[in-house]
Amino acid sequence: MTVTEFVERPFAKALVDYAGRNERVVCVTNDLTKSVEADLFRETFPDRYFSLGMAEQNLAGVLSGLAREGLEPVYPSFSVFATRRPYEQILLNIAYPNLPVRLIGFLPGITTPGGVTHQANDDVALMRGMPNMTVLSLADATDVETLTGVLAEIDGPVFCRSPRGNVPRLFDDPLRFGHARRLSSGSDLTVISSGATTEHSIRACAAIGDAGISVSHLNVSTLKPFTDELVIETLANGAPVITAENHLRSGGLGTAVAELIADHGLGARLHRVGIRDTFTHGGRPEYLFAHYEIDDVAIVNAANELLGSSVQFESTVAGGPRRTTLAASVNEGL
Amino acid sequence: MIRRRAFDVAVEHHGGYLIQACSSADILATLYVELMQLGPGADNLVPPRFNGTPGTGVPEHWGGVYNGPDQPTYDRFILSPSHYATAVYAALIETGRLSSDALTDYNADGTTLEMIGAEHSPGIEVTGGSLGQALSVGVGRAMWRKRAGHTGKIWVLISDGETQEGQTWEALQAAAAFGLDNLRVLIDVNGWQVDGPMESVMPVGCLRDKAAAFGCDAVEVDGHDPAAICAAVLSADRGKPLVIACITDPTTGFPALKERDDAQTHFVRFRPGEAEEYRRSSPLLVGVGR
Ligand SMILES: Cc1ncc(C[n+]2csc(CCOP(=O)(O)OP(=O)(O)O)c2C)c(N)n1
Ligand SMILES: [Mg+2]
Repeated sequence: MTVTEFVERPFAKALVDYAGRNERVVCVTNDLTKSVEADLFRETFPDRYFSLGMAEQNLAGVLSGLAREGLEPVYPSFSVFATRRPYEQILLNIAYPNLPVRLIGFLPGITTPGGVTHQANDDVALMRGMPNMTVLSLADATDVETLTGVLAEIDGPVFCRSPRGNVPRLFDDPLRFGHARRLSSGSDLTVISSGATTEHSIRACAAIGDAGISVSHLNVSTLKPFTDELVIETLANGAPVITAENHLRSGGLGTAVAELIADHGLGARLHRVGIRDTFTHGGRPEYLFAHYEIDDVAIVNAANELLGSSVQFESTVAGGPRRTTLAASVNEGL
Repeated sequence: MIRRRAFDVAVEHHGGYLIQACSSADILATLYVELMQLGPGADNLVPPRFNGTPGTGVPEHWGGVYNGPDQPTYDRFILSPSHYATAVYAALIETGRLSSDALTDYNADGTTLEMIGAEHSPGIEVTGGSLGQALSVGVGRAMWRKRAGHTGKIWVLISDGETQEGQTWEALQAAAAFGLDNLRVLIDVNGWQVDGPMESVMPVGCLRDKAAAFGCDAVEVDGHDPAAICAAVLSADRGKPLVIACITDPTTGFPALKERDDAQTHFVRFRPGEAEEYRRSSPLLVGVGR
């Protein structure tokens, strides 16, 4: 698969459009305004923008206060600073009172070269563990452009992982809350992916399909609540399942799918592609995805292991030229 | 030379943390050359490749060895804002603690010389890239050293942006409560952060006065004047942690930095041809061919 269209900074425009439609929307940043594409909002709605400096725990409390004033505060940041740093402040002051605060986490997982301090490999786990919190994960430009339509449906707090910068377009139809996208249908193998691993999964599934194996591929964007009929139906065919996520194997998509399999007594074999129980280091995302085995190659290997097949696959990414999407995170100030 | 090395890195890697080197070069030079009692650095001046994070079973490397043996009689140096790593790598090279060609590996996949250092990176003792946390680690070390009667001091360099984090003040509060006169905190007051001048993002006021109000011996000096930094250390009060607010200019050495857009200064990426202009106008590079 080659991506043919890229959209430049889709979040910047989506946020401004949303604020144009909804006057309760305000935006708060932690000294990363341009890096998280909130600069256009600052220009367009200076009266609804707040610079809180690098002080995330206070910032989370401030979000709560703004929401209690009847506003819908959006806090776009790097995912580590939107979740891990102000964790308890979010839990007690935003999730517990069930306030409509929107936490947008950029550079999720190992899509950043910034090393362990900047890599949110646990953000989904942290946020899934909070009652009242809705957890979303975006995979492409269409997802980002149509996110606000979903936000408008949700009364409580939302955490959303999102790509930034030069974002590929993979999908035509808008993001739907609680509904996975079916990317292919098949009966031998099910692949369920989320976020940045979806692009990898599309390539892997194409190679697996070419080898005569029929694959169901679903892209999941709502990680919590995780009650999607389409996912349950697909799992019910009993074919072995691979989950692929740019996150620790524990606490994210793989765990959510395992819970669903267990809860519904589905008995499908599951192979979770994700970061093993280790901390990670800095480097180009292409290198890191290969090093920590969450890339297209790892997905094909997982299929071979589950099915006893011998699909050959050479990654076009790991050793290849720098791609604009990923290199953007290398170069943009951290 | 610290500034020049950081400039070369920024040119070669299409971007880099240049202003941090420009503001802190004289502080780092004064610390490494005049003030810290570090003892000999690592045996191997060529840093090893990354081979695992702590606890993963492989023999892991600790960047602190480049700052000398971890023994109670020697001082320790904790760089808190890990995005200043380039400046520390350059300072290690200039003081013979790191091989002079080490920066060719800078930020390459699988290297330990990461753009944002972690504690496997040379000279980086605490993984401080999530800002405002490493000073507390320094407080812990100083606390035990004081109680145990160990003579090695703890030096911590923090950035001014880190003073926006509440934890910085929690750390100073504890340092004062325990009378940690073996702790020396230097703040690089370059007035700058990611979105632009700190004054426009979130003003922090006078850091000397604030640190003094927290019970520290606090002084303000010209951060480009090594003699003034040394004098502040020599005249430090007993019984209190020392905080030196080093007022610096992040465009030192590269005046062309003044012309940059606010949002493009914290992390400098050159447009085509721009690096040449920087070279031409830099007093550091007069007569230097390249
Ligand atoms: C806890 C935390 N929040 C946000 C960031 C993102 N960030 C990296 S550097 C920086 C600016 C901090 O100010 P300072 O260190 O004074 O910046 P400089 O002088 O280097 O421009 C920010 C907000 C971070 N690394 N850690
Ligand atoms: Mg600063």
